[in-house]
Parts: sequence; C-alpha cells; structure tokens
Amino acid sequence: MIDKQATKRKNLISLIAVLAFLALVLALDQIIKPTSRMYMLLTVLQKGSVYALAAVSMNLLNGFTGLFSLGHAGFMLIGAYTYAIFSIPSDARDTVYQYFDAAVRISFPELLGNALGGFGTALGVLISVLLAGLVAAVFAYLIGLPVLRLKSDYLAIATLGFAEIIRAIFQWKKLGPVTNGSNLLKNFARCSTFKLELGGTTLSLSTFVPVLIATVCIAVIVLLVNSTYGRAFKAIRDDEVAAEAMGINLARHKMLSFCTSCFFAGVSGASMAMVLSIAQANNFKSAMTYEILLMVVLGGIGSISGSVIGAMLFISASEWWLRGLDSGTFLGINAPDVFRNGFRLVVFSIIIMIVVLFFRKGIMGDRELPEVLGNLLRRHASKPAVKEAQGNE
Amino acid sequence: MNLWNTVLPYILSGISVGGQYALIAVGYTMVYGILRLINFAHGDVFMVAGLMMVYFAAAMPLYAAIPLMILLTVLLGFTIERVAYKPLRTAPRMSVMISAIGVSYLLQNLALYITGGLNKNYPEIPWISDKITVFGATTTRVTVITPFLTVVLVFALVFLINNTKIGMAMRAVSKDFETAELMGIRINNVISATFVIGTFLAAVGSLLFFSNYPGIVPTSGAMPGLKAFVAAVFGGIGSIPGAVVGAFIIGISESLIKGLDTILLTRGLIAEQMDFSTFSDAVTFVLLIVILVFKPTGLFGEKTTDKV
Repeated sequence: MIDKQATKRKNLISLIAVLAFLALVLALDQIIKPTSRMYMLLTVLQKGSVYALAAVSMNLLNGFTGLFSLGHAGFMLIGAYTYAIFSIPSDARDTVYQYFDAAVRISFPELLGNALGGFGTALGVLISVLLAGLVAAVFAYLIGLPVLRLKSDYLAIATLGFAEIIRAIFQWKKLGPVTNGSNLLKNFARCSTFKLELGGTTLSLSTFVPVLIATVCIAVIVLLVNSTYGRAFKAIRDDEVAAEAMGINLARHKMLSFCTSCFFAGVSGASMAMVLSIAQANNFKSAMTYEILLMVVLGGIGSISGSVIGAMLFISASEWWLRGLDSGTFLGINAPDVFRNGFRLVVFSIIIMIVVLFFRKGIMGDRELPEVLGNLLRRHASKPAVKEAQGNE
Repeated sequence: MNLWNTVLPYILSGISVGGQYALIAVGYTMVYGILRLINFAHGDVFMVAGLMMVYFAAAMPLYAAIPLMILLTVLLGFTIERVAYKPLRTAPRMSVMISAIGVSYLLQNLALYITGGLNKNYPEIPWISDKITVFGATTTRVTVITPFLTVVLVFALVFLINNTKIGMAMRAVSKDFETAELMGIRINNVISATFVIGTFLAAVGSLLFFSNYPGIVPTSGAMPGLKAFVAAVFGGIGSIPGAVVGAFIIGISESLIKGLDTILLTRGLIAEQMDFSTFSDAVTFVLLIVILVFKPTGLFGEKTTDKV
C-alpha cells in the first residue's frame, strides 16, 4: 500500500534537505578562505562531489543493472577531454597546443560569454558539460553494441580493455591537433575562476558549481532508478532469464543503462577537469576505475546514498584525515620513520580489504539514507511500538 | 635490406615477451578454470616478485636470492588465497572479484610505500643478460631462452595435470565444484595447489621479464598482468595450451605494433612517423574484443551452455 500523502511529504523533505545542503555549500564557499585550516573541507567537497557522481553512475550499472563494467575511467577521460577542448578560450589556445595546430577553434563559454555576458559564460560551460556527457554516451553506444552481449567477467575485462584503447587513442600524436597528444590540456574555464557578481559583492562559486552539477545529476539518476526503467534494471540484475520472460527487452535496457551511466561518467569527467584545472589522459588509468569501484563497495552496492557517502569518506580519508600518516605525525604520535610517504594508502587499502571481507554489504547495504534515518527517528520516537512490531514477525 | 631482416628482430622479441606472458597467463587460466575468478592481484604478485628480487640481490648472492624470491612469492600467492578469497567461497562472484581488486590495490600501495615510488633497478643476472646474435639480429640471451623455458615448464605442468593425483583432482574441481567435493576431494588443498603453481610460474616469469627491462615501479605488474589475462581469454580460458598460444600471439602482435613505424618506413609504405607504438598496449585489447565478439570461448575454449 502506498500512501500518496506520505510519499509527497517525503519528497518535499528530501527536496528541502537538498536545497539546504546546496545553500550550506554556497555559504561555506564564501566563509572559508584559502588560508584557513578548514580549506581542506572545500577541496574534499569539490573532489568528493566529482567522485560521488562517478561512483553513483557506476553503481547504476554495477549495482542496479548487474552489468559489471570496468570502463569508467575511459568514459570520464572522454568527458574531461570534450569539456576541456570546447572551453579553451581563443587567446590561450596557442599556448596550450604548443606543438600542434589546434583543430577545434570554438569555445562555448567564450562565445556565449561575449554575446550574453556573465550568463552566457555559465550557459557555455553548461553546454560544454552536456556535450562531454553526450560524447561519452555516443562512445558508450558504439562500444556497447559488441560488448553488452558478454556476461559478467568477460564484460568486465572487455570494458576495461576499451578504456585502455580510448586512452591510447587520445594520446596518439596524429590526433594532436584535437587532443594535444600526450600533453595536458589547461587554461580552460575552471572552478577557481567561477564567480558571481551580485550588487557589488563577488560570490565565489568554486565549490558550489561541482557540487551543484553532482547534485542535479544524482537527482536525475535517483528519478531514473525509481521509474519503471529502474525497476526493469533491477529485474535484469536479479534474474536475466526471468526478466526476459516478463517481457523486458534485455538488449534495449542494458544499452540504456550503459549509455546513461556513461553519460554521467562523462559529466563527472568534465567536472573533474573543472576541479583539477587540467585534463591529461595519463590520469585516467584503470587504477581510477578500481578506486571508484572500491568507493561503491564501501558505500554498499545498490545504494545511491551509499555511493555518495562512500565517495565522500574515501576522499576525506585519503585527502584529509589520514594525511598525517604521510607526513610524520598522526594522532599526536610522531614517528617519521613509519609515517612516511605512502603509508596513508597502505592503511587505507587495509581498511578497504576489511570492508570487502567482513562487511560485504558496505555502509548502507542496499538501503537508502532517508529510509535509514526514518527508521532511526521512529525507533527513538516510539520504542515500544518497534518492539511490538518485531514481536509480530 | 629485405623484409625478413626488418621484421625478424620484432618477431624475436615478440616471442620472448610472449613467453613471459605465457608464464603469467597460465596462473590466470588455472585459477579461472577452478574458481571462475579473474585474479586481478596476479599481475601485482608478479611485480612483488620482481621487487623482492631487487632487495634480495642487494643483500645476498644470486644463487640464494633466486630460490628465496620464488619461495616467498609462492607463499604470498598461497596467503592471498587463504586470506582474501577463501572466506568468500560462497559469496557471489562479483564479491570475490572485488576482493581481488582490493588485494591488487593493497599490493601496489604497499610497494609504493616500501620503494617510495622510485624506479628500482633490476639486478643484472650474469649469463642470461649477455648479448648474443641470432640470425643477424643482436639480442640478449634471455630473449632466446625464454620461449624454450616456457615450453618446458608448460609441458611439465600439462604432465602434472594429466598424470598425477593432484592434477586429476584439479581437473575434477574445474569440471564441477560440488560433485568433486562430494567425491572426497579436498577443495581447499586443490585450490591452494593451483595458486602455488600459478605464483611459481609468475615468479619465474618475473625473473625473465624484468631482466629485459630497466626497472620496476609499483604499477609495473598491472599491464603485463592484464595482457596475460587477455592471452588466457584469447586462448580459451581454462585451457593451458590455449593460454600459451594466446600469449605468444599477443606478444608478437604487440612487438610488431611497436616496430610498425620502422617497418613501414623502411619498406617505403609511409612517408613519416605515424606513432603507431602508442597503440602497443591497446592492440592487446583490440584482439581481445575481436575474439570475444566472434568466438567468445576463445581459440581452444569449450562451448558452454547456460542452464536456467
């Protein structure tokens, strides 16, 4: 039985929570100055939102459709490059393409910025980001045609292979005029330059923009997962043969899931380029895919809020909390011989192995945050009622 | 200069690289045959074997360092299976694969911590690193002995699998896990034996592979590992001769792609450098995808049918 009123109320609460979160990020963006010790928080939010989107998009494929794909880094690479190529302003083009004659001579943020002012720049960035997702989705479609017929491990290894092929293509010197060969792309519209002029005061948007992109995209994925398509995906994950017998077109739904997931992977790649201010093919190795997969596992395969929490924890731990392990002092213990470069990652991978081996469901299992919070609240509000309910089971 | 003389050096080095891949690929194919698991950590075990050799060779003479390295690598493989895969025996296949990725991550980070991320020079091993001339092409002795050593080791392995009790048990387990267990085969011992053999071959492979390369970094194992796995899939996973043939094909095609520019230039087919060598890693995966699309079970794989 679905209580319509309750669903409506829940949706409203979720919406308010998301808006409040965005407002908080915007406020933090203004309050915390680069010199502050808390500046790490902004860095974590920026990178964390990029990885959260990547993890959620991977979860859509691995956790909800049961297609074990390991090609995410490749699609993020496509996204990052597409975004970068189409947003390098004309006066920076020659310094970026040092050794080549740039072939793409269009920059959406600049073009629209000149025509429409500040609003145009924002629109141009948006177009570049969408284009990044679309190009990734088109590649995904082409790759999906042969590989989506494969099962589990074969699919994993074939997609991993495609990611490597993509990386090689983008580094090919003959494509230098477009991709700048193995050199990096820089000087494009990036987070640190995003500002909003509002009645004399300047609002910094460097953290707000990637967080906003991730929030909107994740919201779309949540809507997709809760739609009939999402239910079809879950049916395919649970039992392919049974799903087919129930009239679900396997090929079509798998392709839809694959392309959607890769679209958002492309967007997260674009957002990563924005945050890091550079795009270089060598950063998008299979190790990145593994890291994203481990975030998904940490949060719980099949839980969207879990992936977000997993990504945020992963980034906070590796960028911030465990920093001391690398630089000599951790929790007040000073042991430079043990706590030297790389120790953080060792501790971190041991934590991950413990999660993988002993807490296989991750933090959230396959539940979502509102559900978990709701249960907690209810338990606090009426303990006897819960006991009664358990007694009935 | 005729075509043969231009191409020969690349084919020779391809055969050598193929032999090294073959030794790793056998480990993949055996583990997959029994556990249905892509052991992502296998390539990193191979890298750890190389690093151990670097440290041991600095501390003791080679005749002690090599056996110790092989022994410890085998122990590592055994431990990984017992700690990271055995607890997940009844878990879904995806969990085990994730655990394998986790182990790979751990080994790479551990290596990064110990080496400090620096390039470690592989010790010079006398005799096998010497330069020799074959058919007019100069190469190192290891290039020549690798394929022969590989073939000898693989024949020994096939003999072991076909003619010994443990070999018979392995075949039984790979055919049907549960039935084999019901017949009184100790599954865990068989799986451990598989890992021991697989890592032993990877240790020998690392000895041959790294003496041809200037140095080792923590990520050195990832690419050869992946390629060896592709070789195993190419030949038909679960089949040992298939893995060897696949490895040689992949080694040769990779080496030819590396030299394609030079070959085409000297033949006058292209006017300038095309930088095809960028694709030396990618060509492996192109081969993989081609074989998966046209013959999903690989060259020598058995046809399987899905039961509902």
